[in-house]
Amino acid sequence: MSRYTAVTPDDLKEMLATIGVASLDELFDALVPEGVRLERGLELPDGMTEQDVYDHLRALAAKNVSAEDEVSFLGAGMYDSYVPALIDMLVTRSEFLTPYTPYQPEISQGGLQVMFEYQTAISELTGLPVSNASVYEGPSALAAAGYLARLANKKGKFVISRAVHPHSRETLRTLAVGYGVEVVEVPLRDGVTDPDAWAAAIDDDTSAVFFQNPNFLGAVEDAEALAGAAKNSPAVVVAQYDPITLGILAAPGEVGVDVAIGEGQQLGNRLDFGGPSFGFFAATEAYLRRMPGRIAGETKDVDGRRGFVLTLQTREQHIRREKATSNICTSQALNALAGVVYLTWLGREGIVELGDLLLQRTAYARETLAAVDGVELLHEQPVIREFAVTVDAPVDAVLERLAAAGINGGYALGRDYEEYENGLLIALTEQRTREQIDALASELGAAVAAERATVGASA
Amino acid sequence: MNEPVDPERQLVDSYASSAYGDPHPSNTHHPGMQTPLQREKVETIFEKGRAGRRAFVCPEPGVPTKPRDELLPAKFQRRNAPKLPQVSEPEIVRHYVRLSKRNFDLDSGFYPLGSCTMKHNPRLHERVTALPGHARLHPLQDPKRAQGALELMHNLEHSLAEVSGLPHVSLQPSAGSHGELAGVLLTRAYHEDRGEVRTKVLTPDTAHGTNPATVTMAGLEVVKVGTNEDGGVDLDDLRAKADTDVACLMLTNPNTLGLFDKNIEEIAKIVHGVGATLYYDGANLNAVMGRTRPGDMGFDIVHFNLHKTFTQPHGGGGPGSGPIAVSDRIEPYLMTPRVVKGADGTFDLDYDKPKTIGRLRGFQGNYGTFVRSYAYIRSLGAAGLQDASEIAVLNANYLLAKLREEGVLDLLPLAYGKLCGHEFVLSGAPMKRELGIRTLDLAKRLLDHGVHPPTVYFPLLVDEALLIEPTETETKETLDAFVDSVVAILREAREDPEIAKSAPYSTPVRRLDEAGAAKRPVIRQPLS
Amino acid sequence: MADGTYPEGLLYHPEHDWCQIDGDVATFGITWFAQDALGEVVFFDPPTVGDTVTKDESYAEVESVKAVSDVIAPLSGEIVEVNEGLADAPETINSDPYGDGWLVKVKLSDTSEVDSLLDQGSYVQGLG
Repeated sequence: MSRYTAVTPDDLKEMLATIGVASLDELFDALVPEGVRLERGLELPDGMTEQDVYDHLRALAAKNVSAEDEVSFLGAGMYDSYVPALIDMLVTRSEFLTPYTPYQPEISQGGLQVMFEYQTAISELTGLPVSNASVYEGPSALAAAGYLARLANKKGKFVISRAVHPHSRETLRTLAVGYGVEVVEVPLRDGVTDPDAWAAAIDDDTSAVFFQNPNFLGAVEDAEALAGAAKNSPAVVVAQYDPITLGILAAPGEVGVDVAIGEGQQLGNRLDFGGPSFGFFAATEAYLRRMPGRIAGETKDVDGRRGFVLTLQTREQHIRREKATSNICTSQALNALAGVVYLTWLGREGIVELGDLLLQRTAYARETLAAVDGVELLHEQPVIREFAVTVDAPVDAVLERLAAAGINGGYALGRDYEEYENGLLIALTEQRTREQIDALASELGAAVAAERATVGASA
Repeated sequence: MNEPVDPERQLVDSYASSAYGDPHPSNTHHPGMQTPLQREKVETIFEKGRAGRRAFVCPEPGVPTKPRDELLPAKFQRRNAPKLPQVSEPEIVRHYVRLSKRNFDLDSGFYPLGSCTMKHNPRLHERVTALPGHARLHPLQDPKRAQGALELMHNLEHSLAEVSGLPHVSLQPSAGSHGELAGVLLTRAYHEDRGEVRTKVLTPDTAHGTNPATVTMAGLEVVKVGTNEDGGVDLDDLRAKADTDVACLMLTNPNTLGLFDKNIEEIAKIVHGVGATLYYDGANLNAVMGRTRPGDMGFDIVHFNLHKTFTQPHGGGGPGSGPIAVSDRIEPYLMTPRVVKGADGTFDLDYDKPKTIGRLRGFQGNYGTFVRSYAYIRSLGAAGLQDASEIAVLNANYLLAKLREEGVLDLLPLAYGKLCGHEFVLSGAPMKRELGIRTLDLAKRLLDHGVHPPTVYFPLLVDEALLIEPTETETKETLDAFVDSVVAILREAREDPEIAKSAPYSTPVRRLDEAGAAKRPVIRQPLS
Repeated sequence: MADGTYPEGLLYHPEHDWCQIDGDVATFGITWFAQDALGEVVFFDPPTVGDTVTKDESYAEVESVKAVSDVIAPLSGEIVEVNEGLADAPETINSDPYGDGWLVKVKLSDTSEVDSLLDQGSYVQGLG
């Protein structure tokens, strides 16, 4: 008997008698054919007490340098945002943590109403009328939008800006193999999508176009122009948005985007080394019946009470099977709960204030760093919460020096963009103060100078 | 029925029983009477609050500020701000806590949902996941400074490899169906690399809907394989359909009928004989840990559902995780990055795999679920994992035998066989004929007994299907009580079938108009 | 089939569709059996006027809450009219499958195909 089972020897005897077999082995002999029986135990360590497991997990945690241990300017898709304590309480409540997908709506009104409220919040945030109840995360949401487009118009090409998150581009390429669609990448100019190359790439065979706003380099794109360029083609306009900017940035629904997706992590979810978080997925009315994922809808019960159910289920895998709009079954309900609670906590004024705060602090950070010797701005486009610089020294070495000073200086762009060899992407959240920004500038200057000195010394 | 009855008392009793999972027959169909939750006015958070109320207090900028238009051109600015709620923090807490009480959940009561493996979710896992070293770790942190996370992933991969008998693991997929997609794309890559184009995937007609949906997303064609009278794959049909145009056979074993396919070795031979791969849908792994391994059965690719077998909490519909384990011949195509251990014992992420299919999502996967499942595996250890499967199978067989003993199987016979694995399927067709109530009605009446009903109308092969999976963490008393509830409902239906047909009575809402919701979808709160 | 009705003047396809011929234009719909098996229809996804339909192939879908069904064309031709009223009241397919629940009108391309269809008696017999 292990910690979580309760079968005593007496229980076992009674149960085996009821079943009519002499032993557990007899049950498994009947179940598993002889040729495939495992005749040894699993070669894994023995079980441990709860306190020993805790110690082990704590020891592993201690080998990680988290945002608790350093001042982090690392973004690139996930951000060290503040998660209010009430979210911790809500997402660990039994009633939200432990139920299954709401297949019996009468006893799942809590979860279904949360989905309905989340869908409303995302619809408001994106300015698009239709939202689902979440998908896994950002990059796979973008690929799911590609599948929607492919099923809708059956065209053979995806056009995607190089300024979209590298993970989104890579995920799209991987899944496009299955969709049978070619992926064409459009280059950047001055830190944003090259508008001429973008327009030139779009034609009658384009199934969908994809851009990101603000883009991976933090630059605000001319979304209306990018969307407009696809107007005379069959293409579905898909855009990946940073949700925290949508208090002040023009909403996808305001600029002609058909499907808006994005990474929801910084809406009330922890970094968690990359997951779980959630992806949001919103669209125009025309795509309602092509939406992937769960959707909660309002209805009444037999006595006229207001209630909620999973609706439009005929889109989904359990009914439409091979013709489903996606294969999603389990998605990210608990993380979406954190998301809607966070948006509610921010509130109508808060989302705007937070956007303005990030705008101001990012502008200050950019100006301050641009003034550091050996640091140059990689582009001068408008930014809201993230920007890119180039340093005049090997960026990895610079980051090591910063780490030693207790600062995570950001993301080295060179791995994903060979053209930005010593590029550095710096992100701001509401947790990064002026003092921390000034310290970053100071340490960055010192690190670059030190690295230059070693080059000089060894020359 | 002739004693004086206090309707309010009965209502309160039945409400209490369904809220706390202590089932007793309820008799609450009194028109006009409501439980407090039924009486509650349903308002979304968007309909609450008032202009000016707020929870968030914005920090001061602390930096010299500029006019917004100077930093963000007006044409890029939002025209109409999102109409998020305007509520105070106490209002938010009250709203969502009250909402939570309109949910039934696993901590509160028995949840025998077949195919879902609703086993207990230990709270230790929440404690360790919340450690800042795990919770506040950025996915793009330098691997040198994420050694704990990489070691955890590496150890988890090793554990899953041992449980499955397949050596190479990727933790990247976010859910079971995501793992299935990985598996089919890997199969495609494998065949194409050998210069072959294969267009078909075989799936049994008992397969979960995610299987055919996945195959289409991967650009291949679904071909259905029949089921024989023992509930296993029809070997003749398989032989007829297995040819060199078949890329893969996707199987769940034990299958969705809860049965282990006796012919699994022969199936593997047939499939491998035509050069196709064999994919294992690990949804039912909870039946066999330590007793048999898909790798030993001949499978090439396996996916795990961490939110089933490895007790990641279901969260009302996720998050989950669908890692995969593969054989040597599939390994070159696995998604990147891979977790690698160097000769010096340090861990790293390896992106340099020339034949990789790429990635299926951002970053490394749902790490928070890895922490929980890893804690579970370390808690149970080898013997504990085997024990979990053994008790899961014991509990299912006991429940089946008890239902048989009480005569339930006369009206709801077992669809296949006599013993079962960790779950079993009954058919409500005789009950429908004799008593005039359907599986749906039985399920709805069970809600009044304070339990979550089993899975209904799946698998499709069984008429009026009822798929029951108790899992290993339930006590004998709970199983006995469930049998009592079913017996009571059937007895009640014999006297008056209308009771079950209008059930439930005591839940926060009663039966809902799903047709209306689908015909005129309202999927957000309208706001002026 | 105690409750099912199958009017005599119509021709039937074994996949539970009916048609009513009027010269070279036919009206198609689904039978009582089909609507009963589906349950309450919530959505009819119609083809477009001008589309070609082919005998024995699917030309549209009908959805209930928990099921989707292909609708099979009994005869080949070109769609000349679609029942627009079903957008607001898809449940008409249940309540009046042979009248106001008609789905499409088709200009037939090969009237000889009519010979392969079943009359009311043969169709009902096939239901068993």
